[in-house]
Order: sequence, then structure tokens, then C-alpha cells
Amino acid sequence: MESNIRGLAYVVGDAIDTDQIIPAEHLVYSLTKPEERRMYGRFAMSGVPVQVQGLPEGHIPFTEPDKYESKFTFVIGGINFGCGSSREHAPFALTEAGAKVVIAESYARIFYRNTIDGGFVVPFEAIEKINDQVCTGDDLELDTRLGQLTNHTTGKEYLLKPLGDVAEILSAGNVFEYARKNGLIALSDEKH
Amino acid sequence: MTITEKVIARHCGRSRVVPGESVWVDVDILMTHDVCGPPTIDIFKREFGEDAKVWDPEKLVILPDHYIFTQNHHANRNVRLLRAFAEEHNLPHYYDVGTPRYKGVCHMALAEEGFNRPGSLLIGTDSHTCTSGAFGMFSTGVGNTDAALIMGTGKIWLRVPETMRFIIEGVLPPYLMAKDLILAVIGDIGCDGATYRAMEFDGESVYSLSMQERMTLTNMAIEAGGKNGIIGPDETTIEYVRARTDAPFECVYSDEDARFHSEYRYDVSTLEPVVAKPHRPDNRASVVEVAGTRLDRAYVGSCTGGKLEDFQAAAQVMKGQEVVIDTYIVPATTEISNALRTTTLDGTTLWDVFVEAGCKMGQASCAACLGGPPDTFGRMQGSEVVISTTNRNFPGRMGSKQASVYLASPLTVAASALNGVITDPREVFV
Repeated sequence: MESNIRGLAYVVGDAIDTDQIIPAEHLVYSLTKPEERRMYGRFAMSGVPVQVQGLPEGHIPFTEPDKYESKFTFVIGGINFGCGSSREHAPFALTEAGAKVVIAESYARIFYRNTIDGGFVVPFEAIEKINDQVCTGDDLELDTRLGQLTNHTTGKEYLLKPLGDVAEILSAGNVFEYARKNGLIALSDEKH
Repeated sequence: MTITEKVIARHCGRSRVVPGESVWVDVDILMTHDVCGPPTIDIFKREFGEDAKVWDPEKLVILPDHYIFTQNHHANRNVRLLRAFAEEHNLPHYYDVGTPRYKGVCHMALAEEGFNRPGSLLIGTDSHTCTSGAFGMFSTGVGNTDAALIMGTGKIWLRVPETMRFIIEGVLPPYLMAKDLILAVIGDIGCDGATYRAMEFDGESVYSLSMQERMTLTNMAIEAGGKNGIIGPDETTIEYVRARTDAPFECVYSDEDARFHSEYRYDVSTLEPVVAKPHRPDNRASVVEVAGTRLDRAYVGSCTGGKLEDFQAAAQVMKGQEVVIDTYIVPATTEISNALRTTTLDGTTLWDVFVEAGCKMGQASCAACLGGPPDTFGRMQGSEVVISTTNRNFPGRMGSKQASVYLASPLTVAASALNGVITDPREVFV
């Protein structure tokens, strides 16, 4: 995980479920073949109703039509971000689009687990509601070690919750590296 | 300890675990399907090598069910990838599309094939894997990465959840089903009311339910954010399991002095038929409050609402009548589909009851419950208003972001299909 991340904010509301993060019809694509995996970047967040895509104004797509990468680095949500299905394609899609961090008040547990174990976007929890204080397009900077978020557009600063006991998996990279470090995957099983 | 804590403790070789601690457990069954199976296999090969062996082929169950009856070539390719993997690893529990072994919706198939056994620990790459908890076992959904780690090692880390206890008492009136009950619970605690926790269902009313109805309760634990849903096993459970497997199992129960996070009590005799309004499963209303809402479609199907008893309930309402809106009937599994042709109501098969009522009959699969490719049977394509026995109604869930989905019991859906507006089943069902 990078110690300092700076980029633009993309703001959404509460209870953004995985069908909004990546609609089920797109789950047919391979997550490894380059010409197919980029489709996840193209359709990331495309299930969010257009009037609430990119708050507060809405009608701002996360990824521009016919593009495969988003210009937004931070996804800012409300409560229960990532609820719904267990599809790991959801954090994968955000990562494939170029996002690095999600900041929400709370997460659904499978989405949260998938981001950590798969080593995708880093899920930080806000202490207070921030998706009504940050606007889509704001220039944000996050010190991931201190959990300090600065909104350069408004000048406001926020302290985020510590990552807690999942920090070990995050620092290992993903759950496989963590398992190897802890002797849960034998050396003979290691990737070549 | 609670049942959930006991099952986790037994699977990490400990006599006791405490909520909040993280432990590595041994997995009894790993289940995957056509959407998450191929990417799981990709990660398995990336991490363990192209020639790596599955940790235990007897414990891996692969059930293609999501995108089966579609022309989408990527979806069809994914089934071929599963087939090739099953052949390469000589997997005994692969249920291939287009063969007599094809089952359909994974959560129902796990029950039918005897993979759900009291006291066991089952992990699946699908959020509704919590369904299996109806059998007094721990079951939960995970992503591809966790599944790939299990595929190679048989292990997963779990944070031991606190348990919320729901004690359901009273006699369920004939116009109510388990779906009304679970929608009421989710409405009360909210879509994140059980996040990181187990939901244990207890009480005389729960134990009066069949296994099919119990699975409707545990299936939707995830809609309240629950890690797992669970019901202690009883004679009904044991009879169901014994009829389907010779494998040994051990029943475990919550202790008298088990510590629960919280306790909720319900008296079902005073409950009314319930719906979840668009666009969240916790957007609860009584059917009376939304009665008369104009509908374009009705849908009976999925892991939570496409079981034989769901169709028996719908058929009771529709028998001898005609639907006035497009009504889709999608049995969850091949076994249920076959049963529709052999189970009768007043001498008519359920299949014929639905055909004579003007319903559109689908093939066993997940179908439109989660949208899927545009040619999926029953999928929403525009701004339809639908009433459905499925489990989720977030925007776009059934295929179109403009569609509005009401979740309800099979009785309420069938009654509404006859009138073209949301209808209280008490109006048509005596």
C-alpha cells in the first residue's frame, strides 16, 4: 500500500450494492485476459442510477463512455458500502478502473473481506459521515499510515479509523502472501 | 457457546472460541458456480501452479447455475472452463449443464444432494451460501480469492461472529410464509443490522417449518448483512439429511448459557403479509399499505422463492384462474422442475396449473433473479414494475436500472399476478 495517495473524489450515497458497482450482466468477462478484464474498468459503478452518479450533482459517470479507466482515485460512500452479492468482481472492477481507495462509513462484510484478501482497493472507514462533505471532483490526499485525509478543495481534514487487525494482510499484499508468511501455505506450494 | 461458535471451534481444533477473534478453520465443503468458479480457478493456478492439485476433490462441489440458458458466448465459455477443470481434476461433484446430472440453483442443490449436514462448515462463492445454515451448520459466502485459497489448502480465516438471536413464536397463519417473516426481520434491523454477525433463528414457530421454509429464513440473512444464518437441527433436519446422504454428521446446539449479542422476539400470529419496496430489502411495508400498486410483471423463482413449496403456495392461489400480467415461473432445480410435473393439486399437476393460468415456464437456473445477459429468461429490460419472490431489489438487480422490484411471498406474488396490482393474499386465499 502506498503511504501517500492523491487524486480526485467520486461520491456516492448509502447502500451501494455490488450490482451497482458492477452489474451482473458484465460478470461473464475473464478477470485475467487483458482484452476482457478492461471491461470491468469500463463498467465499474455503471449500475448506480444516473441521477446519483457522482454526488452532489449526479449524472457523472465513474468511467467516461468508451473509456476503460476512471479519472477518480477515491470512491467516497456512505453506510453499508458493497452490500449484496459476494462477487469479487466488484473490488476488482474499482481497481481495474484505477481507483485506489474507498472511504465509507461502513461496509458489508464480504466486500470488505474481498478488498483485503484480494489486495484490491484499500477500504478505509470514516469516523463521521463524509459523503455529504466531499463533492465529486474534489482533490483529496490520504496519508494511509496515519489515516489522515485532506480535502485540498475545501481545506478540510478528516481522521479515518485505523485499519485494525486486517492491516497485517494489507501489508503482506494479499491473503496468499499473508498465509505464506505465517506458514499456512507450505514452501513447496509456492508459486513458481 | 452458540451453535455458530461451536461449529467454528470444532473446525479449528479448539474447545472454545470467542466472538471477535480470528481463526483458521478447516472447510468441509467448498461450493462454486459458473460466475465465480472460472476466476477462482485462475487465482488457484496463479498461486499454486498450473499443475496444482485441488486439496480434496471429494470436498469441492461445482454447480453451474447462473448464466445457463443464454447465447452469450462468454457465459457459455465459463461453463466450458468449469467442465475442463472438473475433467482435469477428476472431480466427482461437478454437475454439468446439458446432462441428466444438471441441478440448477446451487443452494437448493447442496441441500438436495446431501451436502448440507448438521455441524459442518461450508463455504461458497455466493452470498446466499448462508442458506445452508438452515441445517444447523456454519455456511457463508466469500470471494474468488478466499475460495482459491481453500481450493489449494482447505483452509480459510474467519472472524468469530457474535450471534443475534431471533425467537419466533406463535402459529403461522395460512396466508403467511417464511418470506413474510424474514422480510419483517430485515425491515426491523435494516440491511446492515446484522453486519459481521450470525443470525440464529429459534422458537416453536421456526421448528414447525419445513426445511424448505427454514431455508427461506437463512437464505436472506445476508440481506441484513449477516455473516451466516443458522437454525439448530431437529428431527425434521435429521430426516431430510438422512434421506439424502449416508455421510456422518454431528448435531450441535447453543448452550443454555450461550451469550448472544441481542435477542428479538416475534409472534407470527399477529404478523401481516409483508413486502420490501424498491430499492432495498429493508424497505418494509405491509401488503395492505401498498395494495393497488400497478404491476407489469410477477416472478416466482430463485434460491429463496423457487422451491417446490413456493410453487405449491402459488398454485393454490392461481388454480383455475388466469394471470393478467406477464408471470414467470422458474424452478430452482431440475428436481423441483420434475416435481412440478408430478405434484398435483386437486388432480392437476402444478405445471398444468401454471400453464393454464397463462404463466411463462422457465428452466431450472438463477434466471432473472440477478439480471444476467440480456437474453436471460424473465429479465427486466426497461422500467417494469415487478413483484418477485427473489431476495434482492437493489437498483438494476433484475437486469434494468429503471425497473422497480417489490419482494414478497409466493402467495402475495400469485395473488398480485391475478389482479395486476399488489394484492393481499387474504383477498383471494381462504
